[in-house]
Amino acid sequence: MATKAYQKIYTQLEAITKATVSLKATGVANDELAIVHGRLAQIVRTKGDMVTLQVFSGTEGIPTNAEITFLGAPPTLHVSDQLSGRFFDAYGHPIDGGPEIEGEERQIGGPSVNPYKRRQPSQLIPTGIAGIDLNNTIVSGQKIPFFADPDQPYNQVMADVALRADVDKIILGGMGLSNDDYLFFRHSFEAAGALDKIISFVNTTEEPPVERLLIPDMALTAAEYFAADKNEKVLVLLTDMTLYADALSIVSNRMDQIPSKDSMPGSLYSDLAKIYEKAVQLPSGGSITIIAVTTLNDGDITHAIPDNTGYITEGQLFLRADSDSGKVIIDPFRSLSRLKQLVQGKQTREDHSQVMNAGVRLYADAQNAKTKLENGFDLSDYDHRCLAYAKEYATRLLSIDVNIRIEEMLDTAWELFGKYFSKAETGIKNALIEKYWKA
Amino acid sequence: MAKTTGIVTGIVSNLVTVLVDGPVAENELCFITLGGDSLMAEVIKVNGKNAQIQVFESTRGLRNGDRVEFEGKMLEITLGPGLLSSVYDGLQNDLTTMEGVFLKRGEYTDALNREKLWDFTPLAKPGDKVIAADWLGEVKEGWLPHKIMVPFSFKGEYTVKTVKEAGSYNVDTVIAVLTDERGEDVPVTMTQRWPVKVAVRAYREKPRPQRIMETGVRVIDAFNPIAEGGTGFIPGPFGCGKTVLQHAIAKQGEADVIVMAACGERANEVVEIFTEFPELIDPHTGRHLMERTTIICNTSNMPVAAREASVYTAMTICEYYRAMGLRCLLLADSTSRWAQALREMSNRMEELPGADAFPVDLSAIISNFYARAGVVILNNGQTGAVTFIGTVSPAGGNLKEPVTESTKKAARCFYALEQNRADQKRYPAVNPIDSYSKYLEYPEIKAYLDETVEAGWVDNIAKAKNIVRRGREAADQINILGDDGVPMSYHVTFWKSELIDFCFLQQDAFDPVDSLCPIERQKYMLDILLGICDRDFDFADYEKCRDYFKNMINTIRQMNYSEFHSESFEAYLAELNNLLEENGN
Repeated sequence: MATKAYQKIYTQLEAITKATVSLKATGVANDELAIVHGRLAQIVRTKGDMVTLQVFSGTEGIPTNAEITFLGAPPTLHVSDQLSGRFFDAYGHPIDGGPEIEGEERQIGGPSVNPYKRRQPSQLIPTGIAGIDLNNTIVSGQKIPFFADPDQPYNQVMADVALRADVDKIILGGMGLSNDDYLFFRHSFEAAGALDKIISFVNTTEEPPVERLLIPDMALTAAEYFAADKNEKVLVLLTDMTLYADALSIVSNRMDQIPSKDSMPGSLYSDLAKIYEKAVQLPSGGSITIIAVTTLNDGDITHAIPDNTGYITEGQLFLRADSDSGKVIIDPFRSLSRLKQLVQGKQTREDHSQVMNAGVRLYADAQNAKTKLENGFDLSDYDHRCLAYAKEYATRLLSIDVNIRIEEMLDTAWELFGKYFSKAETGIKNALIEKYWKA
Repeated sequence: MAKTTGIVTGIVSNLVTVLVDGPVAENELCFITLGGDSLMAEVIKVNGKNAQIQVFESTRGLRNGDRVEFEGKMLEITLGPGLLSSVYDGLQNDLTTMEGVFLKRGEYTDALNREKLWDFTPLAKPGDKVIAADWLGEVKEGWLPHKIMVPFSFKGEYTVKTVKEAGSYNVDTVIAVLTDERGEDVPVTMTQRWPVKVAVRAYREKPRPQRIMETGVRVIDAFNPIAEGGTGFIPGPFGCGKTVLQHAIAKQGEADVIVMAACGERANEVVEIFTEFPELIDPHTGRHLMERTTIICNTSNMPVAAREASVYTAMTICEYYRAMGLRCLLLADSTSRWAQALREMSNRMEELPGADAFPVDLSAIISNFYARAGVVILNNGQTGAVTFIGTVSPAGGNLKEPVTESTKKAARCFYALEQNRADQKRYPAVNPIDSYSKYLEYPEIKAYLDETVEAGWVDNIAKAKNIVRRGREAADQINILGDDGVPMSYHVTFWKSELIDFCFLQQDAFDPVDSLCPIERQKYMLDILLGICDRDFDFADYEKCRDYFKNMINTIRQMNYSEFHSESFEAYLAELNNLLEENGN
């Protein structure tokens, strides 16, 4: 983004905070970009001739006589098929040593899809993970986050999901990724030989937090290009949205805004919704599916970030370490896919929803048995069978290292039902029992 | 009179400060010129020559010095035939006629089809004395008689000079000419405009509600009925079935007109309504549901300021149909998003915040809005009603937060959705003990229920609630002391409450029969259940007790899934009676 010759250069800053600078300037537009002391900044407030800019890479070392030039436009991304296989920073500049992208320059954070023009999501996205495909089936055009404590392997799971999903493009928006995780993504994409369908926008922990605010809009602008212009099925991965929200709170705090719950800005819901609602099934067949990560503090989903996220997204996938199986599982109780009924039994086998419900219900009975055991009450025969079932169910189906087709998941579930329970105990419709029961 | 104009002097997100050259009014509408677009905005605060306006669109690219033109009126919507089965955004732009897949900034579309012809029948005749909201004529909108009225904004008495004869006209046709008190003629078309933030008061009086509005949902109709013209709210954490419950009420509610305001919620939920409703049949009239439904859609990614407008737009449309003597039901999902929009603006205006940074007048704003619902007696003696049910999305599922608390003061029915019940898949997850309907205390509602359901119905409800309450106490004891540590009577008490819970409170919203339970069927089932609870039972051990009740619950649930008094229904009833003969007396 070269500065243009006729542009006025300002050299007098009136105020500096850790994230923002203010100066007197005229004729500038809301959301416009500027270069402050060689760093990219964006206008967030004007009051009379006083303009406040948010400096993405932080204000350390910016003097009051810094040079400021305004660029005349909000942040943009060049879109074309050349994006495929490339890695970019938060500003859309290549970080893989390759050339700049040629193509149409688009403003990021563009308008929403007219809700009336949307279509109901209806395409199954198989992942091979039974905790998802069997219990919380994902549909194209859906938005769903992983809720996970920081010690869970959420980035690995997400990379697995992305590489197995049957989509045309995968777009990674990495916010506050550790350098190790960035390299992990890069290597797993390369190893899978899938680089040509992957586009990455990455802000690592080594880079300033405020830059992260650009990442989701960059990733989604690229996604909209492929979904709307090219009618492709696009999967967007956003990790970690908690760090994105933290960056929002930094900026709002520096602008003296009054914080609401958990020191988050009052606009957190709208800010997150603007991102997640980009998930869409378009009438032309293109779609954007968003799988995100929201890290939790000790499993607390009442914190403002997961709480607002839960109200926006279509369910959540809850990762948890399971002591019975010694594996990380997708918790069947706290996870939910709100769109699963749109494909279960329609694009999958007829017994899908009944098997899913029975499996989870019996797992719940096992939890009750466990509580009884812990409280020192005697266990019945049924309780013992439930506990044995739970262990095998967690190992063979809930664990995130499972990678099988949905039919196999259903067959495995029937096998476990037959091994531990009577037909009546499963509570499944008779017609299905007769067809699928494995003695 | 020249319009007031101004220039932009400050911008923070969608809050813009304008230096004005003339008078402006609170809530006055204005347009900002930005390139070729004009962006709609509303005055929310005035300080000297500085007006602060909230812009209903993205302010990207706006500059200090851009021109603003004030309209001299508040945000208004167009009222007339064709509102039903429409899909609008919060500012009443018709979303179905917009071009392109993406919403374009500054694109405003007409709310009504101006070409469509309506079959008009006059109701007034020359010489009639009329006042605002009196009926001049009628057109058929779907199967509803849509009255063409003296516009609500007309003050004083008018004399009808001419009325168009019966025929087909479009909405802009002058269908009557009225003469005002000064002798001047005023033309009236089929449409009128009304500022959404002002309550329509063109009626004779607003009495207390007299009857209940049936929803077919047992935990509402029987346990916590909502009055026709009443108010209620549904708070609940995410994933508790708020939307499913609201859609069930929308599908089954006993009302002539349904307005659904999707306020700051998921777009895919609205898509579900678009996809499903045109297929669904209204159980009361046999017509397509969409024919009686208007959708106001301001999803969470649409401009925040229009969220607030969307609930007012929806309410105004209800009030309009109420003035025709119709029963309207307004569903707003979710009022918390509207409150959050207020919070964002208040924050940008740097007002001193109240609890959780919400504006301090939140409570007043919410109760003013709820107060617009109600039954009214029209000038001609007929009645109309607006029933309002809002959902609330409490942060962290904690009901001690400002929006829930403010709404609790305003709404008369409270349907508390409970995480615990949702986790156990006990749907609808309405907590039977914490939820309430103040209408059960109204003598006129009591009398109505005595007459239409059965004498002593309200007492029966109280009895059923008490069984559930006692069951909870028994369950607590059993959990502490263990199954063997309590007398058998505790188990029986517990299972009697489970009987009410599983067979009456729980209801399958996706089952074609069970989802809609008319009040006479509710009465029939509750009589059976209370009859069972009145009996004494005797069991050798608690496992026998559990198995016996589980068996009974299963049989009664099969009844719930069968058509009322059908062969299979009667067969299950016989099975139940056999079970009862085995034990108890």
